[in-house]
Amino acid sequence: MKIELTRQQHLDLYYYMRLNRAVEDTMGKLFRQNKIVGGLYASLGQEAISVGTAYALEKKDWLAPMIRNIGALLTKGVPPRDIFTQHMAKYTSPTFGKDGTSHFGDLENLHIVSPISMLGDLIPVMAGVALAGRYLGQKIVAMTWIGDGGSSTGVFHEGLNFAASQKAPFVLILENNQWAYSTPVRKQVPLADLADRAKAYGIASYIVDGNDVAAVYSTAKEAVERARAGEGPILIEAKTMRMRGHAQHDPAEYVPPEMFEYWKKRDPIARHEKFLLDEKLLDAKGKAEIEKKIETLLEKDREFAENSPLPPPELAAEGVYCEGCHAPKPKWERPIAEVTPPRCSVEAVWQVEGFGRGKDVGLATTPLHFEAAPAAKPAKAAAKRPARKPAKAAAKGKRR
Amino acid sequence: MAPVTFLEAIKQAMFEEMERDPAVVLLGEDVGVYGGAFKTSEGLLERFGWERVIDTPISESAIIGAACGMSYLGLRPIAEMQFIDFIVCAFNQITNFVAKGHYLWGAPAPMVIRGPSGGGVRGGPFHSANPEMYFVHTPGLKIIYPSTPYDAKGLLKAAVRDNNPVLFFEHKFLYRRIKEELPAEEYTVPIGKAVVRRPGKHLTILSYAAMMHTSLEAAENLAKEGIEAEVIDLRTLLPLDEETILQSVKKTNRVLVVHEDTKTGGIAGEIAAILCEKAFGDLDGPVLRVTGLDTPVPYAPTLEDAFLPSAQKVFAAARELARY
Repeated sequence: MKIELTRQQHLDLYYYMRLNRAVEDTMGKLFRQNKIVGGLYASLGQEAISVGTAYALEKKDWLAPMIRNIGALLTKGVPPRDIFTQHMAKYTSPTFGKDGTSHFGDLENLHIVSPISMLGDLIPVMAGVALAGRYLGQKIVAMTWIGDGGSSTGVFHEGLNFAASQKAPFVLILENNQWAYSTPVRKQVPLADLADRAKAYGIASYIVDGNDVAAVYSTAKEAVERARAGEGPILIEAKTMRMRGHAQHDPAEYVPPEMFEYWKKRDPIARHEKFLLDEKLLDAKGKAEIEKKIETLLEKDREFAENSPLPPPELAAEGVYCEGCHAPKPKWERPIAEVTPPRCSVEAVWQVEGFGRGKDVGLATTPLHFEAAPAAKPAKAAAKRPARKPAKAAAKGKRR
Repeated sequence: MAPVTFLEAIKQAMFEEMERDPAVVLLGEDVGVYGGAFKTSEGLLERFGWERVIDTPISESAIIGAACGMSYLGLRPIAEMQFIDFIVCAFNQITNFVAKGHYLWGAPAPMVIRGPSGGGVRGGPFHSANPEMYFVHTPGLKIIYPSTPYDAKGLLKAAVRDNNPVLFFEHKFLYRRIKEELPAEEYTVPIGKAVVRRPGKHLTILSYAAMMHTSLEAAENLAKEGIEAEVIDLRTLLPLDEETILQSVKKTNRVLVVHEDTKTGGIAGEIAAILCEKAFGDLDGPVLRVTGLDTPVPYAPTLEDAFLPSAQKVFAAARELARY
């Protein structure tokens, strides 16, 4: 599936990448002025991934960012002032100063789940979001990101495997920026392509040049629509390079300088800008307008953040429990009667013969969301003699 | 109405809540076709279908994580741990993700994590745990540990309706050992409220779950010696019902805490500290504890019996306390 981008889409991608970088540049200055309370994590050189993937989502879709996905937040509609106030721990921030960085969310409007610092935890959470959306008939897709480093966590495996076993409409972006803090990817994972991890879960995967925003977008768009159509989770490995240290304090001296040089020439923004100018989708005047728009916006939002107060100390003791401040309610996009007993709404796709026999579930067998291993007979035969090609034999299992 | 077991009460609670509200779903290992390792979800799949009764892989972090994600869309998932011992496999997901969400970014997670806990059934060191205090130490969670079928049903129903993540411990020793007649009409039991199980005036015994019954047995024997012990069932450990405890102490001036959990870091220590802070003047003697040993739960019957508090141990401690 080849996805052609319109001029406006190309320009949108350019705008959000520029906005992403400008927001982080502004925060770099604020950091040096000691106005950022905690750490500052740069996504320099990785903007195409955050922006290109999030741009593939619809308004109703859900995302959960990681620390280097401020671009995804901006693309989903978060105003820069939320990013500034978060980093400056201001009372006006989405978390009222209770957490920093990209650790905030919006369940109601933008459909953003807040990350935590423990890597991989978002994967089962977003699988749950995807399943709930499917159950409620919302036809949504859930998306989150993980780094090359985070892909080694146990919960990465648990979450992706569970999502796969449920065929959840879930897209996982694996940002391979080649460094987990100071540890190069080759010391973490014995795989040339981290996309190969998808094979373990029987799900589809893509590899994309993470510094080519149009490629990232069209790949993500295809994955999102496949997931929405019910094909199950999809893993996209976006290959890129972390152009700064782990955080502001880290000069990244462990990275070979020639590696930075190599990737500097592949800067995603410069690359897309050249494309736009070459194809005459953008001219000097248009570029200046975009720059002016961003400058004005950030100036206003930065001032707002700087002039905002820190939270009052009394706030520390508040909000541990929901005591009537929220009224969580599902938004049904399908007739509730469909799920009201005694009816069961899931169709059997593939089945294990005989499993669940004797249970009055309205179906003779259990529906499974993935291609099942061959039932009783072939499995028995395989058990008798040593399986020569067990993987192949299983793969041949018939769809029923 | 015929009396029902603790197990049946749990099943009734889940059935009724799922019947009442299509936002309630159940997920866990073998909860579907098999009906759960202890058959607490038997019949739910047949009634509510595959989408609402979800058999999962053996992935506790995924179960908790997915339940949390579901709750963000307004569902009210019940996540079953096949044995509560395995809840620690999802420790990070619970303590860092689920528990902190509302405080940090205003995301309520209306979900219940429940499972069979406790010893006395020769389950050995990995099927007998009382891990409640790992979680009592975590702001944002509510912790329930009932002792009767009536409470189990009413509190589980209240937990499903609560907007906060609730951990619901089911003492498996009680599953089939106690029966109770339940009201025909619908009811819930409020979270965060202790209850006086046996009124008394000479001392207060605070307990919960299986040890509540052990404490009642001891109180029976104490009465024969003229010592009237007031037995209070805590029912909810977080938030703790300080008011009921303090009221009783005003009357009895002596407190014995009995729990199956290990002594060090058990809730008895926390209660002792609360009493020192808020009722020091009411106390006529030391706050005493009868608890499990500071060891893993051992397997051999002789060893496990030595590990567990017994009515005799409670009786002896209460008699000593009554001397003050």
